[in-house]
Amino acid sequence: MDADDAAWQRRSMVRVVPTARPRKLAKVPFVEMADGRLQGVVSSGSDIGRVYVSSVAAGSYEVSCSTNNNRPCGGLRGGDYACNHLTALADEAIVQYGGDRVARFLRLETNDEVTIGNEIFWAIGRTTLAGTSPAAAVFSRFLHHLSYLDLPAAVEPLPELSWFPAGAGAR
Amino acid sequence: MRGAQLDDLRDGVPAGVAEALAVVDRFDQAMTGGFGRLDPQGTAALAELAGAVSATPLGAAAAEAVDKVTAGSVGEEQLLLLAAARTAVVGAVHDALRDRLDGTLGRDRAQWTAPTTAAAPADGRLLAARSWLAELALAGWRNVDHDLVSASQQALTALLADPTRRRIAVLLDGLANELRYTSPVATMERIPARRWADLWTRSMLLTSPQSGPAAPETVSGRLLIVGADVQEHATAVQMQVHAVLEAGGGGSDADRSRLVRVNVSAAKVDTIVGPVVWQLLADHPVLLAALAGRLSLDVTDLPLLPGGDLLWRDDQARPGEPTDPFAVARVQLGEALAPAVPPLDRHPVAIAEPVLLEGYTVVTDDDGLGFEVDGTRVAVDVDRLPGCGPITTELLAKSSACIGLLRWDGDAAAGPGWSVQPIGMQATVKRKQVDLHTGDWAQGPTDPKVTKAVARSGDSVAMLRERAGRLLRK
Repeated sequence: MDADDAAWQRRSMVRVVPTARPRKLAKVPFVEMADGRLQGVVSSGSDIGRVYVSSVAAGSYEVSCSTNNNRPCGGLRGGDYACNHLTALADEAIVQYGGDRVARFLRLETNDEVTIGNEIFWAIGRTTLAGTSPAAAVFSRFLHHLSYLDLPAAVEPLPELSWFPAGAGAR
Repeated sequence: MRGAQLDDLRDGVPAGVAEALAVVDRFDQAMTGGFGRLDPQGTAALAELAGAVSATPLGAAAAEAVDKVTAGSVGEEQLLLLAAARTAVVGAVHDALRDRLDGTLGRDRAQWTAPTTAAAPADGRLLAARSWLAELALAGWRNVDHDLVSASQQALTALLADPTRRRIAVLLDGLANELRYTSPVATMERIPARRWADLWTRSMLLTSPQSGPAAPETVSGRLLIVGADVQEHATAVQMQVHAVLEAGGGGSDADRSRLVRVNVSAAKVDTIVGPVVWQLLADHPVLLAALAGRLSLDVTDLPLLPGGDLLWRDDQARPGEPTDPFAVARVQLGEALAPAVPPLDRHPVAIAEPVLLEGYTVVTDDDGLGFEVDGTRVAVDVDRLPGCGPITTELLAKSSACIGLLRWDGDAAAGPGWSVQPIGMQATVKRKQVDLHTGDWAQGPTDPKVTKAVARSGDSVAMLRERAGRLLRK
């Protein structure tokens, strides 16, 4: 650790989570890098009431994809190919977080910059189907995510937000 | 501000600040490894913290708590006392810095006179939060993993559902989000020890609620906007408007104009970013119109908290005359009485003092952007420029005057120390004067390029509300 790192550790105001970059939400309303997985929710192309819950784990590259009613996605069999939902999820993760960060999070062994979801799965090579599907946990994260939009606005001061300055992110 | 004032701030870090922060740093290092398994250094750090507060009313209790923790019996009560002791030390640093700043600026500040209320008993939701915080402290940041982060979810959901617990809910959510993003923390190259200890400490204190908020007084009159600051994390956004309430508005100190803040906030998600965040504050159309149109506001019978926060009620405000924030900053800032600081909020991050800078030279080099006034440089905190406003680093580089918030961070030796966060700026572009303020886009972006960019990503708020309607309420 050098002097810069030491000074960084002694600051109250350092940005730990970068600001998300704006993206269209219609196809992939929710994506996150959490619990060791790139995970999220992909809208079904045919049924407006249905969504697919998809995930790929960092390091182990276990993949999963199923509907919110727990029906497995027919397009995902593990091996060399990811389903369209997973590639769409990876596409949007790259828009939101930047390819570099997604690659680092997934611990991809590639020196090339990833710019689209397919490149992530090419770099991964072989995936395996997750033994226990994290779909229920991911879907519950998504519902929790949506529930914020129902919380009422407030006018009482929130002094603790002083630790969280807004930033432009990339624009 | 003049160069001599900046010199004064730079060279005059108050005595004791470095020593106090050294105590805090060693505590924060001990916390990184966890209080559940302290090494000799950690034990010494806690003893040092107890020593630092020994002459205060906390002294005996803190010493006893440290004895218990170092003997391996770490209970929530002891952790609460450690948090209180760290808060006291950081509070003293805040006071010293704030006094120096007020002295330098010649700013008069009201004294805190509101009675301290006794602690109210913590309810189950707060106790659940406290028990998660205790787990974090025992484990130490280095040992935080997905399971430990996920354990916060239940406490957090309960707190979010209770509007009276918004403060702690927003803070815990911000901390949990950072831990979730960086988990397993052991793989991080460096751990934000001061920051996370700050967030943990304040959360811990907020699990011990006051029996009631300090009683507000009622004020009326003309409100002159100085500028707006935007604060946000993934799931919350707050617009903090700094303004001058003209004299004669009632309450105590009614004979003087006063610096006040208006805070409006909303819950959000991480994909709602940039100018779209203003949509979440649409419940306050009069305030937003005043920001976008640079108007004064006439307010009637608004509650003013002792810490200078005006509780906003949009239907009790009317738009007034066009008012140039630079004129307000130039004429009113020097005269206005600054608010007292609520005891719990005494932390250097709470320092956000509005100032006017002009007649400077812009310097851009390896240290980033700086303004040089009479030969003295002050750092410009461009990382705090929000995506929902028009001010950018490029425009600031051409600026000739700036309304900013003076802030302080780090420590005396390694910095960064004092910096200025721009919330308004003036520049000459193509021989025309251009004024830009953070609140300019409160009613939507006025820059066609930005409007187009926003349109490209679609209406994210509407999109997510539609999804919520379909999936949440089935």
